Amino acid sequence: MLQVRDLNAYYGKSHVLAGIDLDVAPGQIVSLMGRNGAGRSTAIKAIMGLVTATGSVRFAGAELIGLKPHQIAHRGIGYVPEHRDIFPSLTVRQNLKLGLKGGRPARRWSIDELFELFPALEARADTAAGVLSGGEQQMLAMGRTLMGDPDLIMVDEPTEGLAPLIVTRVKDLLLEMAKRGIAVVLCEQKLTIALEISQRLYVVGHGRIVFAGTPAGLEADPSIRREWMEV
Amino acid sequence: MDTAFFFLFNGIVYGLLLFMLSSGLTLIFSMMGVLNFAHASFYMLGAYFAYQISTHIGFWPALIFAPLIVGCLGAVIERYGLRTVHRHGHVAELLFTFGLALLIEEIVILIWGRNPMPYSVPSELDFALFEIAGNSYSAYKIFMMLVSISMLLFLYGIIARTRIGMIIQAALTHPETVDTLGHNVSRVFMLVFGVGTGLAGLAGVIGGNAFVTEPGMARALGTIVFVVIIVGGLGSLTGAFVASLLLGVIQTTAVAVDVSLADLVATVGITTSAADANDLMHKTLSQVAPILPYLFMVLMLISRPRGLFGTRDA
Ligand SMILES: Nc1ncnc2c1ncn2[C@@H]1O[C@H](COP(=O)(O)OP(=O)(O)O)[C@@H](O)[C@H]1O
Ligand SMILES: [Mg+2]
Repeated sequence: MLQVRDLNAYYGKSHVLAGIDLDVAPGQIVSLMGRNGAGRSTAIKAIMGLVTATGSVRFAGAELIGLKPHQIAHRGIGYVPEHRDIFPSLTVRQNLKLGLKGGRPARRWSIDELFELFPALEARADTAAGVLSGGEQQMLAMGRTLMGDPDLIMVDEPTEGLAPLIVTRVKDLLLEMAKRGIAVVLCEQKLTIALEISQRLYVVGHGRIVFAGTPAGLEADPSIRREWMEV
Repeated sequence: MDTAFFFLFNGIVYGLLLFMLSSGLTLIFSMMGVLNFAHASFYMLGAYFAYQISTHIGFWPALIFAPLIVGCLGAVIERYGLRTVHRHGHVAELLFTFGLALLIEEIVILIWGRNPMPYSVPSELDFALFEIAGNSYSAYKIFMMLVSISMLLFLYGIIARTRIGMIIQAALTHPETVDTLGHNVSRVFMLVFGVGTGLAGLAGVIGGNAFVTEPGMARALGTIVFVVIIVGGLGSLTGAFVASLLLGVIQTTAVAVDVSLADLVATVGITTSAADANDLMHKTLSQVAPILPYLFMVLMLISRPRGLFGTRDA
């Protein structure tokens, strides 16, 4: 459903993405791995229209390169930024409601359902979101994007800085999304959850794909892990 | 005491007028990161448009149409001017708004000339509503107060209670993320710019006849509005509100007080020679009134660069 070909992006003169190819099928969990600074965040920002890029990004049969982020969102792609970007002055409920596109309720998710999955958020539904813990903010950021009912969701470093117990909650939510037919693109630096839940893995190094395959394939190739990933 | 109340009243009327400009300026600054040097020019346009419209169809239609025209003009300038310049960075944007202010001033001179316009308070409201201790409270000043308060409450309600208000609040901190959720943030920026300039235009409609409508009015008020947002703290609406009222009261009161430093020291028994009435000791407060806002701003920048309520450095 997502087909990326020869994606190139620059920050000023530095060539950050040097021709990336990716494929994601419906309901699949695909992980982008690699060291800090490899270009994973830039890749998903380019797909989302947040970074100017050349090449081709086809989603559900249409070309996305050149579209604005809000247009891409309406085509069915969701994005959860690395720093979560919770709207601090708004309440938890208002944050979730802003995820709705044009105020329409999501087909796959309702606010009540999200609250069932995260009782901690329900307890704080009407308090300012700025006071949430890191884990709660991550759940809120993912919930907010899910309210827009994406068919594919790209999540940047969701487990960064979270306690092991919360990491498990994040993993469960990602699996729940896949179960409901949403394709997931997961950016992670550590292998913590990626090996367990992904059907496909890409390793990015210096703006190129240096490995593409299955979790088993990556486990069988220790040289890739040594050279291109955090150990 | 009653006279103090009279000054306070006039100060609040003027302060609310300042807030109609500083609130829009603050919102635009917080969203787009650009200090709009031309903001007070929209105040001036509001006054001139209102004058022109009122000569044909009267003040009341002008009260509605002039701010609408100014707001639409603001939105168009954001869409086709500022947004294009934005790509070249903040300096280019700043220079653009600076040029725009000069351009608007010259166009106003070209069309209406350099002399003040005979734009006067509507006769329906041109009377003293009541009198306290010999001070008469003009009906028009009360009307100004009501217009600015109701307009500000209305906008506050929109920002605090509606969906578009939520989007505006969210875009203040994370505009890109709001866009990725499917909201057209560029359009929200245009709307905020249009409403902000329209509000400045409305201030011009009700302030132009209470004070003066002439080509220098934008420059004069613009400087004070900048003092307001720096004293209040760049980007803080609460700060802009407090500083607007503070400067409104200080300015209105100072021009009316004929007390000099020499008078003050005289009250504690020290007399100074009255021979040289031109020295600083003998300047009355009303004479130094024009420098008070700037003095206030400079002292504020030295002692508290973030301003009263600001979160970032000026
Ligand atoms: N806004 C930016 N301006 C300039 N360079 C950037 C910017 N964002 C990222 N980079 C650079 O681009 C490269 C890739 O960054 P990023 O995509 O964030 O990597 P990753 O997510 O894999 O850690 C890094 O070298 C980083 O320093
Ligand atoms: Mg990253």
